[in-house]
Amino acid sequence: MKLSFDTADEQFRTEIAGWLANNLSGEFETIRFRGGPGDEHMFGEERKRWEQQMAQGGWTCVGWPEEYGGRGLSIEQQVIFHEEYARAGGPGRVGHIGEGLAGPTIIEFGTAEQKQKYLPGIRNGTELWCQGYSEPSAGSDLANVKTKAEYDQGRQAWCISGQKVWTSLAHESDWCFVIARTDPQSQRHHGLGFFLVNMHQPGVEVRPITQLTGTSEFNEVFFDQALAEDILGEPGEGWKIGMALLGFERGVSTLGQQMAFQNELDEIIALARRNGAAQEPDIRQRISEAHIGLRLMRYNAMRMLSGPADGSLDSAALVYKLHWASWHRSLGKLAMDVLGSEGELLMEPPYELSRLQSLFLFTRSDTIYGGTNQVQRNIIAERGLGMPKEPRG
Amino acid sequence: MDFKFTEEQVMIRDAADAFLLAEADSAAVRTAMASELGYDPAFWRALCDQMYWHVAHIPEQYGGLGLGYVELCIVMQAMGKRLACAPFFSTVALAANGLLLAGNEAQREQWLPRIAEGQTATLAFHGGGRAWDATAVSGEFTGSGDTYTLNGDYCYVVDGHSADLLLIAARNSQDQHELALFMLDADTAGIERQWQATMDQTRKQASLSLSNVTVAGNARLAGCQADGSTLDTLLDLACIALAAEQCGGTDAILRQAVAYTQEREQFGRTIASFQAIKHKAADIALKSEVAMSAVFYAACVADEYLAGSAGDGELAAQLPEAAAMAKAYCSDAYFFAAGNAMQMYGGVGFTWEYDAHLYFKRAKSSEVLLGNGAWHRERIATGLLGPANGGET
Ligand SMILES: Cc1cc2nc3c(=O)[nH]c(=O)nc-3n(C[C@H](O)[C@H](O)[C@H](O)COP(=O)(O)OP(=O)(O)OC[C@H]3O[C@@H](n4cnc5c(N)ncnc54)[C@H](O)[C@@H]3O)c2cc1C
Repeated sequence: MKLSFDTADEQFRTEIAGWLANNLSGEFETIRFRGGPGDEHMFGEERKRWEQQMAQGGWTCVGWPEEYGGRGLSIEQQVIFHEEYARAGGPGRVGHIGEGLAGPTIIEFGTAEQKQKYLPGIRNGTELWCQGYSEPSAGSDLANVKTKAEYDQGRQAWCISGQKVWTSLAHESDWCFVIARTDPQSQRHHGLGFFLVNMHQPGVEVRPITQLTGTSEFNEVFFDQALAEDILGEPGEGWKIGMALLGFERGVSTLGQQMAFQNELDEIIALARRNGAAQEPDIRQRISEAHIGLRLMRYNAMRMLSGPADGSLDSAALVYKLHWASWHRSLGKLAMDVLGSEGELLMEPPYELSRLQSLFLFTRSDTIYGGTNQVQRNIIAERGLGMPKEPRG
Repeated sequence: MDFKFTEEQVMIRDAADAFLLAEADSAAVRTAMASELGYDPAFWRALCDQMYWHVAHIPEQYGGLGLGYVELCIVMQAMGKRLACAPFFSTVALAANGLLLAGNEAQREQWLPRIAEGQTATLAFHGGGRAWDATAVSGEFTGSGDTYTLNGDYCYVVDGHSADLLLIAARNSQDQHELALFMLDADTAGIERQWQATMDQTRKQASLSLSNVTVAGNARLAGCQADGSTLDTLLDLACIALAAEQCGGTDAILRQAVAYTQEREQFGRTIASFQAIKHKAADIALKSEVAMSAVFYAACVADEYLAGSAGDGELAAQLPEAAAMAKAYCSDAYFFAAGNAMQMYGGVGFTWEYDAHLYFKRAKSSEVLLGNGAWHRERIATGLLGPANGGET
């Protein structure tokens, strides 16, 4: 077991830290520490320009193989990249769904032509993606999707009709990957396809949904005979591909996410020292608990990324979402409790929230999206502990 | 960075599990715990003569195997899984660590080979009260140079009634700020030892009364800092070993309880199929995984610390924090696991016959020993927020 990074990796750390220090300046100074979860509606244009700046420096898609425009970085170097990015206050990445989800899935399942067509736009930060999984009747029960895909002989293409919901950043996106039913007779996870759909066409309508924060980061998306430019894999393979994509979600970027969490915890600690909350025994215990939880999340992630030689990779990975989501939601509550009565007072009408207020509200979604806490517990019990599967209606 | 067991460490773990499966089953544990001695001498001899665990992390020049703290924690974890009864924690994690930290060359050569031969040892430092650091020492010494005289009462001495050798912490009666450690034979004149009946019968405790115990000058460990910092470091190292044991117990009681729920049927199905049971198990599994990360992070830090100038200084400096995090997290995780497991068993969990209560009681006793979660969180809070009394750091 070894925790420290070797010298080559530390040199790489200096390189990326230097690049970020030089480039996160000038016009990009204002977006430092902005646009993360809860703040994603802010600075859209600036963040798109920043994405392209990153691309020019060769700092997008760093974990992709070099043949697809990535850097082919080792796990260690990816960890370092994400850590330094968050430490420098790098803004929320507008391209993260393309880079982290769509791209790896296309690399894994796409044809040579599809790779050629879609990967450069993601790599260059010019084309943004969103995820079209959830529907009004398919939330936790994703296999219940009703959106239809029909092959239109006239247009020589698959056409999509139906409704998606909670689609994050659909209003900013150029492309959407959509799970839809190719076989109208099929049930559950059979008969599904995985489609790549251009958002700029008459058959696609995006309607924003206002969140409890008063802002709007996710949307309803309506498809009416919308043309799918491509299907990934074969009709009927949609479930397999869709699930593989979710596997990419638990990647190395979690360590960067943790660095962002650290920034939040630091802000709470500084506030507690200023306003006297640091003297309250309950707050002391909870700040300490938050600190421990975050540090251990880091070592858990390092174990998860170090691979399976200890035989428990799967279990370390299985608990990861439940752990960070629950931790982060508690942090939001802690922030509010450290704020005390001041926590009620908004920055400005009608509904401008401070960073910590926004943390409190937004972290309520962490235990819902990407598999709710209850669904995570089912998965841990069934896959990790071999307990019986849930009965289905 | 490679945060997983090496092949050799996996072998040590598997060998440990196999040995204890044969030698420390429930019947063996119950026989041992019913005796005042608290362990089966034949088991202790096997543990020393066949497995060499008692000298795993002792350097080769003193008769040890020269392995690291990670290996020691692997063994502690394995023993925790089975509730194995042996004077192992006291001899190795308390006394041998004390000699490694504070003994000079001659003192290590004098005492460590005796441990290597299979003699048992422990640390006596606690004079009562709620603190679990060097401030808890109330026993006193007088004299200097050639001879010292020790006086005082010591409580919570693990295996204190049976140990062959004693490591004693005491303050200078003339100057309470001067703390020293003495190593002596347990049969030295003036030492009265009283076994104490304990709720957790799998770990024995004694109280010691020292009246005018006279020892030679070389009994005083030469490397012990007078300000108590050496003793605090020793307690940190012991916390990490104890946390490893707690981590093993957490995992074991989870697996046993889940196995029970897979067999027991109510309402025409196994109780494991009830979501309330699955989710409890999943919550324990989460804590068990995080506990594992906490322990082996802390064990890596301990290795760097014990490596002295050859170690990674940045990691070594994290020893107090790593120990506090591991002990806080694992104490609470184990109790959470054992308490919830007992609920999963229903009525049989409340019987003497089932082992659930043995884990439950061990979870509580090891939580309290060396300071509970709240104690260690407050240590961390002091680092983050300054002292609780309103003073500035
Ligand atoms: C901020 C945010 C962003 C999102 N972004 C996207 C996106 O970009 N793309 C996308 O496709 N989706 C997105 N989602 C949707 C998200 O994945 C779903 O909300 C989530 O899967 C839960 O589905 P649901 O909302 O329909 O809740 P439901 O499934 O109706 O769940 C309601 C409650 O029932 C519980 N429950 C459901 N099933 C079980 C079960 N088997 N056992 C126990 N309890 C159960 C749940 O845990 C929950 O507490 C987003 C959601 C949020 C909040």
